[in-house]
Amino acid sequence: MAETTLAPPPAEDATLLDSNELVLNMGPQHPSTHGVLRVILKLDGETVLGTDCVIGYLHRGVEKIAENRTFLQFAPYVDRMDYVAAVSNGLGYCMAVEKLLDAEIPPRAQAVRVILTELNRVASHLLWLGTHALDIGAITPVFLCFRERELALNIFEKYCGARLTTHAFRIGGLQYETYDTFEKDCLAFCDEIQERVKEYHALLTGNRIWVRRTKGVGILNAADCKDYGVTGPVLRAAGVEWDLRKAQPYCGYENYDFDVPTAENGDTFDRYIVRMIEMEQSCRIIRQAVESMPSGPIKGKVAKVIKPPPGEAYVSIEAPKGELGYYIVSDGSLQPYRLRVRPPSFVNLGALDKMCRGALVADVVAIIGTIDIVLGEVDR
Amino acid sequence: MPSEPWEGPVAEAIQERFGEGVEKAVVLGGQKLLVVGLGAAADILASLRDDHGFDYLVDVTAVHWPEKELPFEIVWILYSFGSNERVRVKAAFAEGVRVPSASGLYSSANWLEREVYDMFGIEFENHPGLRRILMPDEWEGFPLRKDYGIVQQDTDWVRENLNIESAQ
Repeated sequence: MAETTLAPPPAEDATLLDSNELVLNMGPQHPSTHGVLRVILKLDGETVLGTDCVIGYLHRGVEKIAENRTFLQFAPYVDRMDYVAAVSNGLGYCMAVEKLLDAEIPPRAQAVRVILTELNRVASHLLWLGTHALDIGAITPVFLCFRERELALNIFEKYCGARLTTHAFRIGGLQYETYDTFEKDCLAFCDEIQERVKEYHALLTGNRIWVRRTKGVGILNAADCKDYGVTGPVLRAAGVEWDLRKAQPYCGYENYDFDVPTAENGDTFDRYIVRMIEMEQSCRIIRQAVESMPSGPIKGKVAKVIKPPPGEAYVSIEAPKGELGYYIVSDGSLQPYRLRVRPPSFVNLGALDKMCRGALVADVVAIIGTIDIVLGEVDR
Repeated sequence: MPSEPWEGPVAEAIQERFGEGVEKAVVLGGQKLLVVGLGAAADILASLRDDHGFDYLVDVTAVHWPEKELPFEIVWILYSFGSNERVRVKAAFAEGVRVPSASGLYSSANWLEREVYDMFGIEFENHPGLRRILMPDEWEGFPLRKDYGIVQQDTDWVRENLNIESAQ
């Protein structure tokens, strides 16, 4: 929560009228900052000269907590970081600990993990789409998106009892076997989403207001994405065909046939299109996983007491927002010696200043929305 | 954790060029790791970026080992889009030593290094604006150091700003 350094010290004889610059405070209580993000904007008329983010309002010290919990006890905490994609958080954490343990995960557990993670990706993108459109002034999509997101949350609820902070996975595999109509529900969800995506396209893609508000706004080209460490749909919209599920497959993603959508311009509109295609591709993965679901155990051979040998590992996955990584150092005790979360939202938000410079103040709202941040993950 | 020497063009080139500066080049549990001296770290990072295509700085973080002679360890995680390779670079150093900032090489280092400073009190040389990022500006202490207790807090700050006796 550092203070801004944007405003230059006033010259001794300067008056207010000598400058066109205006410093405007946005947030932390602002409907379009998606939580408690404070952005200090330096403006010249309507043009943004620079921004400074003030973050940390939701800081809970997750990494410190990890050092004081056992590996098992810490697992539910990760759901509270990116709470709209809790399943992805859990997957990354479990995989990192399994890497330290050198544990083997049975194929059935992997398939269920893929299904739940992809369901969560769709749910996360739906929430993003609804709120992003709402920020820009389109009110209808948010109702539709929440309606469809409900279907995914219902599956989570039936599977593990929780809808948002699911704690769906356990180190070594799964806690629960799938319920009776799990496969049927997943396929019904895919049918529904693939139909509904057409409806969203009809509402937004050709909509003149939507196009004017998103095309050419918040451009971040491929070189800048790499420089700022930006990953996920933002990177792909800039034309880089890079997805960890393809680049370094994990959890059996190499067995599924899916495309990594990319776009050319790296603007807000392209990121919208990339995420829309990703939802369809996620459904494709879910279908394949359901149809080829192996039978067998759902938990690998992992000791009841999780005690990884001394060592360290960095494991990352493709979360809905980008590369989510866990760097864990173990000293051979029951607790992680050090656990570092590499949060995609935090790193992506670092590029906000670059994307906003020269834009209009109204576009800042669109740009914050298009990065798709969750403040729980930014602040941890 | 199984560890074997890292043999490959990148490791060989770096070892040849920096000699003593590279303490270890290993593959630890299947992951490439370079342990380097802090003095050579900046040049090694620059060489990895410019000569070997590691164009994406994934993460910067630190580990505190209070009982070791060099109690701090800084970790850079790099990735190359071209070769789909990941490498971790680590360097240990003593309390109070300033670490060269990677923000001149990678813009992503700006915020990541601010977080390391915020949590560990490690200062970076040539950082464009090293200040706290997650904790309040006036907060005393660096929470992720091992000697900072889990219930410890800056009571003065809490009393002054939150109007309560304790945040616990």
